[in-house]
Amino acid sequence: MSIFVNRDTRVLVQGITGSQGLFHTEKMLEYGTRVVGGVTPGKGGQAVLGLPVFDTVEQAVRATGANASVIYVPPAHAADSILEAAQAGLDTVVCITEGIPILEMLRVRRFLQGGKTRLIGPNCPGIITPGETKLGILPGDICKPGRVGVVSRSGTLTYEAVDQLTALGIGQSTAVGIGGDPIRGTGFLEVLEAFEKDEQTLAVLLIGEIGGQGEEQAARYARDCMTKPLAAFIAGRCAPPGRRMGHAGAIISGGQGDAKSKIEAIRSCGIPVADTLDLVGEALLQAVRAAGMDEALLRRQDC
Amino acid sequence: MKIHEHQALALLQEAGVPNAGGQVAFTVEQAVQAARELGGERFVVKAQIHAGGRGKAGGVKLAEGLSGVEQAAGEILGKTLVTPQTGPSGKVVHRVLVAPALSIAHEYYLSILTDNETGCTLLMASTQGGTEIEEVAKNNPDKILRQQVDAVAGLRGYHITNLAAGLGLEGEAARDFAAVVRGLYRLFWDKDCSLIELNPLVRTQEGRLLALDVKMNFDDNALFRHKDIAALRDPQEEDAREVEAAQHKLSYIPLEGSIGCMVNGAGLAMATMDIIEAFGGQPANFLDVGGGASAEKVAAAFRLLLADKNVRCIFVNIFGGIMRCDVLAEGIVQAAKEVSLPVPLVVRLRGTNWERGAEILAQSGLAITYEPDLAKSAHLAVSLAKGGVQA
Repeated sequence: MSIFVNRDTRVLVQGITGSQGLFHTEKMLEYGTRVVGGVTPGKGGQAVLGLPVFDTVEQAVRATGANASVIYVPPAHAADSILEAAQAGLDTVVCITEGIPILEMLRVRRFLQGGKTRLIGPNCPGIITPGETKLGILPGDICKPGRVGVVSRSGTLTYEAVDQLTALGIGQSTAVGIGGDPIRGTGFLEVLEAFEKDEQTLAVLLIGEIGGQGEEQAARYARDCMTKPLAAFIAGRCAPPGRRMGHAGAIISGGQGDAKSKIEAIRSCGIPVADTLDLVGEALLQAVRAAGMDEALLRRQDC
Repeated sequence: MKIHEHQALALLQEAGVPNAGGQVAFTVEQAVQAARELGGERFVVKAQIHAGGRGKAGGVKLAEGLSGVEQAAGEILGKTLVTPQTGPSGKVVHRVLVAPALSIAHEYYLSILTDNETGCTLLMASTQGGTEIEEVAKNNPDKILRQQVDAVAGLRGYHITNLAAGLGLEGEAARDFAAVVRGLYRLFWDKDCSLIELNPLVRTQEGRLLALDVKMNFDDNALFRHKDIAALRDPQEEDAREVEAAQHKLSYIPLEGSIGCMVNGAGLAMATMDIIEAFGGQPANFLDVGGGASAEKVAAAFRLLLADKNVRCIFVNIFGGIMRCDVLAEGIVQAAKEVSLPVPLVVRLRGTNWERGAEILAQSGLAITYEPDLAKSAHLAVSLAKGGVQA
């Protein structure tokens, strides 16, 4: 198994006729993703890359049986696209779009609460289950099927982490880029919960950044509820202090969210944190050994 | 995006939020004229810069009569203000706000912002308004009242009643406060704000509730649908290099070190700065070239890095995902020829087509140090920036 998506996931591309949508649809098809159609309002009835295009998600779902979508729609319309996908009952919606207004996302997140749709992103590279499917813009060729789950806020750091694991002969069960926006669908915590339940995943690598409290919450969850080893990396140790948001930003953050306090909080949960980016693969092996697990299990091909 | 206090006051006025008002002036003459039009005897002259802490830095002065305004404006205009929020080089004052001085009975604090942890908007209020509000939050967190406002259900009467009661406001004062909160909330959503902060919100001796100072920030992602707000941008308040970077769709923040960094992706850019520092070097900047870096964009990035005279070495760290390393390598070669680099260039490429990218760099005949290993390449950049020998 894997988390959230696999070879059976039937994918729609929202914004398939745009240049980004078209380019990445081709890449996803090459990787083996089961793309079943696209949606662009006003272009229903056309065909793109041999795939049918629909005016709305609802029409596309009725015709294709899609259960997931990936969104490459410009920021002004992307919130609408997420809402439309959720209303049409899709299980998984991956929003690549960067630059959606924050107040739009506040409402989107409330709309999704309690519903069946899982949103990944926005402003994210997407999700890949190596050897099976990818939804988004992650480069497939650096991934390798295997047993380690990867979750990250940053696109290129996801690639670095996956690349290091692959170079160590360690494959990945699923790699998820949850996105860099402050208001997002799926967070670190929910991804860890899914990896904990997933039989294929034996260990998890978490790549965080300064800002917010998601990494700290995830670390506490790992300490209290996870049986699988976890290692982490936090980017931004020497980032300049953030652009200040009046006094109010300082009041609500209470001085937390910088790299130092994040790393301390994670380490205090007994989770190894790599000092520099080149050592994330090593940190994972350290966590695996500390858990008494045979690291050879991570390199086995038969999963 | 940030705007000036006088612009924010005008927006409060439009939204029906009572405020201290005043007029903006760019010259001493305009300041005197503004005071004349406002009438009255006592005025306050306030420097308009995009940073707090003005009062303690001498950017806010009380003035008696027109001659007082003339003197105060003369002292503030053109002055470089250094506050904890401006950075050590400070900010030059190009405009002042002239407003009638008020007799203040009490200073409150009131703000609204998006709370990323809860996904709600958050109202915060305190009876301890003024410049020490962060100290209050740290030492007496109970003195900061909070009300989460759901983005879908919206602002309700009980939110306001809870805050008013906590602030000890009753009768007419409570009704005035309700109008202020409603006006702020409406403005926040209408204009896609990320923060509105009234500090202080004052009760005058006459019993009126007025916003005396306001800070208003806007969501950059939403400016496309607020042309009126976008037009309030003041380029004089922004770092010229950051403005130029933005024109090339580069995200750039200058720092103090000697290693110019060019990286794709904000996370990797930060991690690159971190590894440089861990290895004993100092990054000169944060620079995210984003996806798809053309030769043109790379050249613009090189020029930006080289404009910083502290830069002793340039370190390019690219992980090619969708961006192919061979295309990027061609861009680097072309840009390096065009800009003719006076400092060593270390390039690390990984990801899609990196081997081909390495070949292109090697065959260019340019003095480019290529190293695919992250740690080794960072060590090289650090050593070259310190005057080490090229590998």
